[in-house]
Amino acid sequence: MRLLPRGEQPPLDPTLPLVASGNLRRRHAASRIIQSLSVAAAIAAVAVLVIVIAAVVTHGAKAINWEFITSGYPTGVGPYLVGTAEIVAIATLMAMPVGVLIALFLSEYAGRRWTRPVQLVLDVMNGLPSIIVAVFIFSLLVAGKGQSGFKAAVALSILEVPLIARGTQEVLVLVPSHQREAADALGVARWRSILTIILPAAAAGIVTSTLLSVARAAGETAPVLLIDSLAKGDKVQLNPFHEIPNVPVRIFQLSEEANPEGFTEAWGLSLILIVIILALGLGSRALLNRSKRKMTR
Amino acid sequence: MSIDDQTFDPVQARNGKAPVPGRRIRIRTEPLPGAIGAPAASTESAGEAQLHVATEAIFEANEVGIFYGAKQALIDVTMNIRRGQVTALIGPSGCGKTTFLRSLNRMNDSVSGFRIDGKILYRGHDIYGSNVDTVEVRRRIGMVFQKPNPFPKSIFDNIAWAPRNLGMRSGLSERVEKALRGAALWDEVKDRLKDSALGLSGGQQQRLCIARAIAIEPDVLLLDEPASALDPIATGAIEDLIHSLKGRFTIVIVTHNMQQAARVADRTAFFSLETRGERPIGTLIEFDDTEKIFGAPRDPRTRDYVTGRFG
Repeated sequence: MRLLPRGEQPPLDPTLPLVASGNLRRRHAASRIIQSLSVAAAIAAVAVLVIVIAAVVTHGAKAINWEFITSGYPTGVGPYLVGTAEIVAIATLMAMPVGVLIALFLSEYAGRRWTRPVQLVLDVMNGLPSIIVAVFIFSLLVAGKGQSGFKAAVALSILEVPLIARGTQEVLVLVPSHQREAADALGVARWRSILTIILPAAAAGIVTSTLLSVARAAGETAPVLLIDSLAKGDKVQLNPFHEIPNVPVRIFQLSEEANPEGFTEAWGLSLILIVIILALGLGSRALLNRSKRKMTR
Repeated sequence: MSIDDQTFDPVQARNGKAPVPGRRIRIRTEPLPGAIGAPAASTESAGEAQLHVATEAIFEANEVGIFYGAKQALIDVTMNIRRGQVTALIGPSGCGKTTFLRSLNRMNDSVSGFRIDGKILYRGHDIYGSNVDTVEVRRRIGMVFQKPNPFPKSIFDNIAWAPRNLGMRSGLSERVEKALRGAALWDEVKDRLKDSALGLSGGQQQRLCIARAIAIEPDVLLLDEPASALDPIATGAIEDLIHSLKGRFTIVIVTHNMQQAARVADRTAFFSLETRGERPIGTLIEFDDTEKIFGAPRDPRTRDYVTGRFG
């Protein structure tokens, strides 16, 4: 090959066989390196999840039996599971209407001028460390006034709102615009179209994003640690205005214990939590995909 | 008139007595001649009715210009659309005929940058007047779109949706049946009213959309290329339907298909792109009886277009 200045290619000879010529081999090599790096990164991410789950399962499986799940402190975790369900349910009941209304604002009412900034605020809120929300609610509601499950639910609902709002908005924009047009052309007021055409079409997506936010709230530790950590857990506490025993705090307490029994129980409770969260996450994803397919058909 | 003998009869419809007697029709400020109190109108009075209708404008557009942002889409449209007739808007793509149609019931309001000059009067009321409620405008002036857009609901619920939401709850199933009969769809769907409307064919879906529009008994129907997404057979069904609705509703139809305009319209407006200043802007070239537009157009541009010598 003739010597050419760096980066310069010889003129193309169209009669040569169709194999890599010039610097194409080098470009192929670079492309392969980038490809393998990104594959490796993806594998690493999956591996972390697999290792975490494997560790939780191997350590925790032996702690789990019917007695462990149903009885209370000190041998079992029943009241903690019920408590977490209770707190998360209250939080979701508060967060869902607000989140759906925000999503409606974004997709139906806000012009281009308002959509972007509000979306940005939600995304920032979504990335907000839960400890900050926890400290905020602690100083606002708990300091000097005492803990309660309801106060923890308030903190969790703050964490849930952006998830529900963005998830709902995502499916609302999938509702075809010609349906809004059809509704408009019939002389029906906008809120009625929203209630009877747009929201039903997006129902599956709303349920999905709510389930995802439930999964997140169930595992959030900082808020319950600060706001609702004094319950003893020997019995189920149904009054939300008392301290309610809950899973993250119990896992934390068990892992702090000196005896190895406690560690095994911490793993066991972690396993239960992770199964619940994975089920919620995968289930809601499947639901979302199904409804997206249905809508974009 | 009982439900059973309401199969749609075009002659009867043209006689202008189609709205069911006894049902209060809020939107009509005055009855169509021969409509109420004279259910068995004789042919003479029907003829008079036609004569009377032909002289009355339902829309009066006066020097209408429409802008999308800085771009002017339509300039200087002045035309009177007559009550009870079918008026076709024809012209090449981008000439502003759909824009004009959508401005008649303010469907363009949601388009960002939309602005309108001049005046459009509907029965003497300024459509773009300051105290005008767009929802009320569309309740009286219904619209059917190019692509069939049924709701993802059952056939019955598609038709019943608007009446329900407008508080017309009594006699709902009769109303649905009447609308479906009016849209010549009843016989095809009467046994599967609970099935999803999305399972219908394209032509059936479009007739469903027309049924949905007439179920609330609007005053005017705007049809935006209602048959352009359909095959010739379905198109024929839609055209028959337009004939049968004539007289009962004032109809304004945008179409690309000149034969269709010739077949269905009493009057036809030809829009085209005219270069004014730097850019081509849509404008109204000629508006006349359909036979004149297709038989003896006055403007050479109209003649070139209808004879196919255009572009």
